[in-house]
Amino acid sequence: MPAPDRSDRWLQRFAALTALCTLGLVCMGGLVTSKGVGMAVPDWPTSYGYNMFALPVSTWFTGGVFHEHTHRLWASTVGVLVVVLTRWLGGSASRRPLALIGAGEIVAGWVLLKLGADWKGAGYFLSGIGGVVLLGGVVWVKNGSAVRPLPLLGWLAFAAVQFQGLLGGLRVVLDKQMVADLPLGTVFGLVHACLGQMFLALLCVIALSLTVSWRRLAPTLDKARVGALRWMLPTATALVFLQLVLGASMRHQHAGLAIHDFPLAYGQVWPGTDPASVERYNNRRVEEVPVTAAQIRLQMFHRLGAVAAVAMVFASWVVAKNRLGWGSPVTRWASVWTALLGVQAALGAFTIWSDKAADIATAHVAVGAISLVTGVCSTLVARRVSVFPVVSSAKPRDPSAAFAFADPSAR
Amino acid sequence: MNTTLKFAAAIVATATFANAAELTGKVTLKGTPPPAKPIPQVKADANCGKTHPTDVMTRTYVVSADGGLANTVVYIKGGLEGKTFPVPAEKPLIDQVGCMYEPYVSAVMAGQTFQVRNSDAFMHNVNATPKVNKGFNFAQATAGQVNDKMFDKPELGAKFACNVHPWMIAYVSVLENPFFAVTDKDGKFAIKGDLPDGKYTVEAFHQKAGTVTGEVQVKGGKATLDLSLEVKQ
Repeated sequence: MPAPDRSDRWLQRFAALTALCTLGLVCMGGLVTSKGVGMAVPDWPTSYGYNMFALPVSTWFTGGVFHEHTHRLWASTVGVLVVVLTRWLGGSASRRPLALIGAGEIVAGWVLLKLGADWKGAGYFLSGIGGVVLLGGVVWVKNGSAVRPLPLLGWLAFAAVQFQGLLGGLRVVLDKQMVADLPLGTVFGLVHACLGQMFLALLCVIALSLTVSWRRLAPTLDKARVGALRWMLPTATALVFLQLVLGASMRHQHAGLAIHDFPLAYGQVWPGTDPASVERYNNRRVEEVPVTAAQIRLQMFHRLGAVAAVAMVFASWVVAKNRLGWGSPVTRWASVWTALLGVQAALGAFTIWSDKAADIATAHVAVGAISLVTGVCSTLVARRVSVFPVVSSAKPRDPSAAFAFADPSAR
Repeated sequence: MNTTLKFAAAIVATATFANAAELTGKVTLKGTPPPAKPIPQVKADANCGKTHPTDVMTRTYVVSADGGLANTVVYIKGGLEGKTFPVPAEKPLIDQVGCMYEPYVSAVMAGQTFQVRNSDAFMHNVNATPKVNKGFNFAQATAGQVNDKMFDKPELGAKFACNVHPWMIAYVSVLENPFFAVTDKDGKFAIKGDLPDGKYTVEAFHQKAGTVTGEVQVKGGKATLDLSLEVKQ
């Protein structure tokens, strides 16, 4: 296997930087929700009527405005990074489509500006995005495209980051619109949160695919060797994602904790959710907004989901260790994943015990995001693991090679 | 009708209105409510902490020593069917002072204009999320800024919040008629106005304790009614 050239290494580093910045963005978004300051800036894409990049610092550093506005600026930075990544992955061939899309967005933004004052902010915002994209398209540096399917993944990230930005904005501007007794802002906020996690996973997959160790793994799937891991790892990943969706559903209702005690729930293993029981729980709560039976069930399902996810990840680790040995990258990824799930479960408990303290709840979101990424990467690594021999003992046949391959610490 | 007669008629009309009824009473709370919680974020905030040297507590239940329940909306719920009343010209004020809403609970008549003011030297946003009426969210960036707002449909306990300082909440009830009051720190209330003699159903609404109704007979413009809410265990 030839060593990667310098540009490959820089592309890998840039992809890792983009993924890292996106993780920070997810954490910042989690903090915004944890603190309940998502509507601290009532307008979008402007901030208090200002172009978002020109908001006075004194306003930016006022209470919850700091978190929400920083989230917006951070998101813009990630947007620029993703445009650059798309251009880099796609090579010179991506110049024309980027230029066309950028020009199209500038024209669309200009049209919005002509529609009237209500569209002015959106027009400037779209034009701004278009300008960045167009700039990406006119960069004349000649470079070849990355191996398939990386350019396609780059375009996917390109589409996702713009859609994600739009969702974030709609979460603000449609907050007062109701659909089936639910504020549209809440619905968009929930989708925004879940898509953010998927977007982070996508960028991490791109970054992983650019690593030297990834390229050394053969892209074959030997069903006999990975055995049950073939379905266990994706199932565990799906469970973790389901947990993230359930968690986001609870957080975006801004109803406070539906259940204040753990490991019991209102002093019971499974709390009653009949009207009389729910009324009794509400009488004990200080919060004025009453908790509903559905919210109580949601938290209980989140607890059950946590048990299922931890069990499945732990089982995957056991199977990986037994079938592939300690030296296998799958085992190492699964080890990290198991440890993360343990931390995540503890953070979930502390979120309740701390009465949903913003920093702990945000750490719960962050570790959840890293857990999803680890699950996705574990699943992908397992699909290439057949280069390793099946081991009968814990010691791999070629430890030096095994440890050099795509293990988390080698990234 | 000459000018003198018109003036006399106006005097009589004014006197009639001024000689209006008064329904007084007290709302008490039975049972032990959950204790108030401190809100540590207030002191932690660079601006708000300066105005609150001690812990600010939640205001879910504000109960006097003798059980009087504050922040309870008391209003005529029944007995006025088919009658219409002019919307009061007075504009109640919901103030933001020291990173708290004052008053915590207020009431207006549907269609009555009320004012929202920022008395702090820094920014707040006013995010109203009523269930029936149309909500709004706007910024008040400067000290002294006042905005007029109005809800046109009856609704109990519409929530107001500042997301810049997310512990700041207030509740505004919107009522069908002008005969309402909010209990003071001792749980006392006084509904004043042009309430005709008759039998009425009165409801007390507390954001947490819920509602209780009572019947009252207004005679000669005066009546008293005490109501009691309960903390269910």
